[in-house]
Amino acid sequence: MIVEFGHFALILALAVAVAQSVLPIVGFFRRDPALMAVAPKASTMQLLLVVIAFSALTYAYLVSDFSLLNVVENSHSEKPLIFKISGVWGNHEGSMLLWALILAIFGAAVALFGGNLPQTLKANVLAVQGWISTAFLAFILTTSNPFLRLAEPPIEGRDLNPVLQDIGLAIHPPLLYLGYVGFSIAFAFAIAALIEGRIDAAWARWVRPWVLAAWIFLTAGIAMGSYWAYYELGWGGFWFWDPVENASLMPWLVGTALLHSAVVMEKREALKVWTVLLAILAFSLSLLGTFLVRSGVLTSVHAFATDPTRGVFILAILCLFIGGGLALFAVRAGTLRQGGLFAPISREGALVLNNVFLTVAAGVVLFGTLIPLIVSAFGGAISVGAPYFNTVFGPLFGATLLVVPLGPLLAWKRGDLLGALERLWAVFAVAALIALAVAWLNGVTHLLAAVGFGVAVWVLVGAFAELWTRARFREAGLAVGFRRLAGLPRSAFGTALAHAGLGLTLLGIVSTSAFQSEAILEMKPGDTATVGAYSVTFDGIRNGAGANYSELVATMTARKGGTVRFVVEPSRRLYTARQMPTTEAGIRTHGLSQFYVTLGGEGRDSGSVVVRMWDKPLVTLIWLGALVMMAGGALSLADRRLRVGAPTPARRAAPALTAD
Amino acid sequence: MRLLPALALLLALAGPVFAVDPSERLADPALEERARQISEELRCLVCQNQSIDASDAQLARDLRLIVRERIAAGDSDDAVRDFLVERYGEFVLLRPRAHGVGLLLWGLPLALLLVAGAGLFVAFRRRTALPAAERLSAEEEAALKALAQDGDERPNH
Repeated sequence: MIVEFGHFALILALAVAVAQSVLPIVGFFRRDPALMAVAPKASTMQLLLVVIAFSALTYAYLVSDFSLLNVVENSHSEKPLIFKISGVWGNHEGSMLLWALILAIFGAAVALFGGNLPQTLKANVLAVQGWISTAFLAFILTTSNPFLRLAEPPIEGRDLNPVLQDIGLAIHPPLLYLGYVGFSIAFAFAIAALIEGRIDAAWARWVRPWVLAAWIFLTAGIAMGSYWAYYELGWGGFWFWDPVENASLMPWLVGTALLHSAVVMEKREALKVWTVLLAILAFSLSLLGTFLVRSGVLTSVHAFATDPTRGVFILAILCLFIGGGLALFAVRAGTLRQGGLFAPISREGALVLNNVFLTVAAGVVLFGTLIPLIVSAFGGAISVGAPYFNTVFGPLFGATLLVVPLGPLLAWKRGDLLGALERLWAVFAVAALIALAVAWLNGVTHLLAAVGFGVAVWVLVGAFAELWTRARFREAGLAVGFRRLAGLPRSAFGTALAHAGLGLTLLGIVSTSAFQSEAILEMKPGDTATVGAYSVTFDGIRNGAGANYSELVATMTARKGGTVRFVVEPSRRLYTARQMPTTEAGIRTHGLSQFYVTLGGEGRDSGSVVVRMWDKPLVTLIWLGALVMMAGGALSLADRRLRVGAPTPARRAAPALTAD
Repeated sequence: MRLLPALALLLALAGPVFAVDPSERLADPALEERARQISEELRCLVCQNQSIDASDAQLARDLRLIVRERIAAGDSDDAVRDFLVERYGEFVLLRPRAHGVGLLLWGLPLALLLVAGAGLFVAFRRRTALPAAERLSAEEEAALKALAQDGDERPNH
């Protein structure tokens, strides 16, 4: 009954979405405020309906309603509660419903918090949101309906894929989708601006918080996914250049570019056309990401060909929104008037450079991800893997990173490159010193690592150069300097933090890639092996059991200089419902580094086990850096300037003048 | 002994062979290092985007053994790769070679950068050429200079 109620609510939501897509636009062209006023009501109604549908599905999972096909395929009555809930979106149908839910949340948020948006803009933005909702709800109801019943329900479900039974999975997709779908707002604003043929700094001010929020979530989602792969898949890697990962990296790269170009647009009214294009591209890549992961085209082009209903539907959505968006852009971009001029060497110029590198990097990832699919569609076979991406992406992104500390030190309109470089000499000296130290300590074999450390430190320390120069500690003294610092806008600190986070992540990547110690060997209980600075003793193996699995846990004691430092317990599990084995890595964090152990199969001698051990120096910085980036983003978001309600002095002055 | 049933269960769990089994290793560390490096850039053909170095699959193990066999037989790195490409096609290389589609892939970043650079150049040329009316005349420049000097001197008065 409750399930049918949810199913019905979902169909109603589609009907409401259709109304939301059509009526406000008609209202805009007829200058009819009543029709335009439908938009906010429709989007809040839509949220309510999708929440009902989502809750109904969650309820079916909670009570293990095995008359629902989706629950049978992805749940089990003995599954822990948290995974019963996360199982709702741990499958195709449910995850699409989550997508629609988040879309509805964002749409309703625009309706509720966009109080001071011009009515026409608000109506058009929500109408575009309505188009997206219509497409996705129709997709769910026709090809991926989670509410399908079974005539003869089985007694027990087939359980969720054990690899996905993890707290990481509970959080990762919602975060990623919040990021993907967040860009739909930027897209909707861009399309609305193109329809109206009007765009100004206020537009950028309205769009920027949404882009920033989406970017924070996407950063969180990617970092979370990376850490999940790191500890769950048991290879000790943190980024595999898997198409699924690339799918989330591309919108992140373009979204980062969008974030920066929106700043230029807000402050200087320049780069309008470019910003609109980036907004369209960021969401297009989010859609593409969803398509790549959801259509099954990645596992095999042939799987896509044998059951094309879903794939073709998503392909149609893609063509409609990407093609339509770009076509509208091509036709209407000319109507957007260009704003502020600037010299090539200026803050704007630096941000343009950032945009160029980020979009080229996104383009490289895009082609590298798609070309194997295209080649295989024509019957060929080619692989584009981590070695290619590392070789190509590394220098491109490295070049971007070199400019990062410089940008904030350049003035708007016309900057002084020499002056900016002069202010960075101390940062450069620190970076060079560290690079030299690394090179000296490790010899010529690690030259690349030395350069990497140098760049990371350059970005990390250089991130604070702007704050340092604006506080003017040296001229004004500590007290005045701190007062100045306190008076700086939060976005200045946000920029510094986000850039510093980038430096931290790079530091973690370089350090782990260049200096991890590895040991792969067969061990018997009682054996001792050396990994980096540690000597590790294999104490023994014991049996264990969880709610829905049985496991073997090995105990290993790591000693340094004879004293016990820590114990790690890697294990292998057998999930009983699917009879599927998994490897659970034993991970121990010491300082910012981690010790990582996985168990393999049986060794050649009876009683021995293959053990893989790594000591990964500074590895946690990879994800801590992402956290710092997010904190920077959040700080910028809290900036008073960005609070959409905050009136600007200019706008406050205007009515006073007319009153006179 | 409690350990024995535990190990028996482990054996049942183990199923697939583990990635880079110690038993496969070459005795010479230099050769082994070469084998690792080649393995990291070869695709496990039955896996999803995994190198044979990281994969547990039986096929990956077979390929690892072939790589080591060829290296032990004195093949150069390229000869090992050629040997595998002959049997499994270009698909086995995670780092595509620079011919055919591969050439496109390797040329792409530079091409994109060039296009972007050219676009920027044109955009800046067009924008600086346009607003002649907005630029200052010689007289205005002089007046501005005078004003600026005036401003500099003011603190002295």
